Amino acid sequence: MATRLMFENSCEVGVFSKLTNAYCLVAIGGSESFYSTFEAELADVIPVVKTSIAGTRIIGRLCAGNKNGLLLPHTTTDQELQHLRNSLPDQVVVQRVDERLSALGNCIACNDHVALTHTDLDRETEELIADVLGVEVFRQTIAGNILVGSYCAISNRGGLVHPHTSIEDLDELSTLLQVPLVAGTINRGSEVIAAGMVVNDWTAFCGADTTATELSVIESVFKLREAQPTAIVDEMRKSLIDSYV
Amino acid sequence: MAANMFVVPQTRGTVLCCKCGIPMAPNPANMCVTCLRLEVDITEGLRKHVIIMYCPECESYLQPPRTWIKAQLESKELLTFCVKRLENDLKKVRLVNAEFIWTEPHSKRIKVKLKVQKEVLNGAILEQSYVVEYVQQDHMCESCTRFQANPDQWVAAVQLRQRVAHRRTFFYLEQLILKHDAAVHAIKIKQMDQGIDFFFGNRSHAVKFVEFLGKVAPTKSRHDKQLVSHDPKNNNYNYKYTFSVEISPICREDLICLPPKVAASLGNLGPLVICTKVTNNIALLDPFTLRQCFLDTDQYWRHSFKSLLGSRQLVEYDVFDVEVVSPEYNVGGSKYVLADIEVARITDYGKLFYIRTHLGHILKPGDRALGYDLYGANSNDMELDKYKGLVLPEAILIKKSYEEKRQKKRGKPRSWKLKSLDMEVDDTKGRAYEEKMNSEYEGFLRDLEENPELRFNLSLYRNRDYQPSEMASVSEGDDMPSVPLEELLADLELSEQEDGEDSMRE
Repeated sequence: MATRLMFENSCEVGVFSKLTNAYCLVAIGGSESFYSTFEAELADVIPVVKTSIAGTRIIGRLCAGNKNGLLLPHTTTDQELQHLRNSLPDQVVVQRVDERLSALGNCIACNDHVALTHTDLDRETEELIADVLGVEVFRQTIAGNILVGSYCAISNRGGLVHPHTSIEDLDELSTLLQVPLVAGTINRGSEVIAAGMVVNDWTAFCGADTTATELSVIESVFKLREAQPTAIVDEMRKSLIDSYV
Repeated sequence: MAANMFVVPQTRGTVLCCKCGIPMAPNPANMCVTCLRLEVDITEGLRKHVIIMYCPECESYLQPPRTWIKAQLESKELLTFCVKRLENDLKKVRLVNAEFIWTEPHSKRIKVKLKVQKEVLNGAILEQSYVVEYVQQDHMCESCTRFQANPDQWVAAVQLRQRVAHRRTFFYLEQLILKHDAAVHAIKIKQMDQGIDFFFGNRSHAVKFVEFLGKVAPTKSRHDKQLVSHDPKNNNYNYKYTFSVEISPICREDLICLPPKVAASLGNLGPLVICTKVTNNIALLDPFTLRQCFLDTDQYWRHSFKSLLGSRQLVEYDVFDVEVVSPEYNVGGSKYVLADIEVARITDYGKLFYIRTHLGHILKPGDRALGYDLYGANSNDMELDKYKGLVLPEAILIKKSYEEKRQKKRGKPRSWKLKSLDMEVDDTKGRAYEEKMNSEYEGFLRDLEENPELRFNLSLYRNRDYQPSEMASVSEGDDMPSVPLEELLADLELSEQEDGEDSMRE
């Protein structure tokens, strides 16, 4: 189910939040309504954590993560790191990355199985991503842009990419990611997909400017209509129980 | 390098328009054109309704502050004018195309469809066309108002004068003016005693006309102005300008006795000379030495002199005997042969003259010739008196006479005709004056027939009334000079066009 919301009069929801299958990070904003929208949707299922990274609110663009782990830039303070380690479930590995390109959210786009990264990422960082997030890493560009983390939003069910992506590129990316992809826009024609929305396997949050057409595209490509959160989380619970035993 | 690279062909996919959801090619705004047009109107703020001033008399449009541009409906000039009126608006957008939309000619509305381009949103360029309506308001332009108030009013006048007793020069000038369209801007042309007056609405037109005259005739001009009105508030002065142009009294075929100074400056040219050609230079030929000299306009007016005898004083001579004395000389394009000749005036066969002439190449015994009778003339010339001991020849022949042959052709129309200027003629002079004018004009036409070089500068038109079959039946012993058809052919198309126009008018 896709929800429309705003953060302090800005429609760029993906800048101020990070959503995965296991947790949700939210920026500390002026009004509580942003946080409470997320709470209303997700509170029963996954933890919603208020945080800042490196003292800023643009947490969505600075960190990258999936259900297995969370990568933070080297500018994250120790208190923030500790806070996150405490708030998130134990199986989520929280790791600070020493990387020149510190806006990890812009450089890495990932779901639970595959990650696309900025072409200039360090080799060590790439290995770290493969380790911490448990994903296969591919260096890619999207419609000629190297900031793959900004111009696409992917979940385990589907992905939305920059509208100018050519058909050949779409085919290639789709083969890599093994999910259906569609080229489209968010927030009334904006091309910066990941900044305008956050998505996981059963829900998505978009900026308030998103038109009905865009919303329907999102709902169809990410298969949000028939998605039931309980079914997915049950799957996760099974694996959790496995670990205890 | 590029040839060896393997480049994957990139095909653009389709995205859904973010507003209406129809599939479209991605563009910077990511909205389909219709949705974009609904959102943004690039013609906002541009004028769609303009008032223009139109003068119905001269069919021109006002371009402020003062210029009036003449243009027909739906013409290129009108389109340029309309677009220029919108110049300020069109600075904000880029104009791609402009065209007229048809409106009723008397509706006083002109509609122009303009296509403009502007950048909107994030770099998308939108193209939109819109219609601008121009309302024509009738407003007489200044020159038409002035003309309406007083149609005879002129601003500049050129008074052209030549102090001689005949009008041959003016007939020739008239044809030259017609050929060069020099009097196209003249409001009025009036024939005066010993000259013609031209009236213009603009000083610059008059100046241009005076310059034209200076090029074709040896003239001396002076100008003057008269204050008509004065606006003390913005210091505007309205004047009437008058140009007085005088043509030198020397004409073709005149016999001249040069003043000693002029003769000396021309290298002691024999004091008696014949004027052979007058343009802005005067060509003088010494008939005894066959030397030709040119006098510049300035040179002439420095020491101006009159002619001794003019073409009206030509007398007919009968030629009895010709003895060629010299070989053929080519003087300035024409051939002359010196010959000793025996002539007598036809009025007085008793007195024979043995004289030298330069017309040895065309005169044969039995011909008639025209010349000046110095034997019988009583010359009262100051210049002549200055030459002490000058022996005057008894006669000087100027040209061959075709009078007898003309008698046969009397009354028959010519194969060509001339146009004339729209002149106001003074009708009060009486019948005798009119007859004199007609005979002078006839003489001028004969002159044209005899001299191809005169015809060179003029336009001759084919005479529709002329029947050539009649002419063929009349046998001519000696060839009489006539205008060959080839010279008229160039004007044939013109006259056809004229006739075509005539038929359309009918």
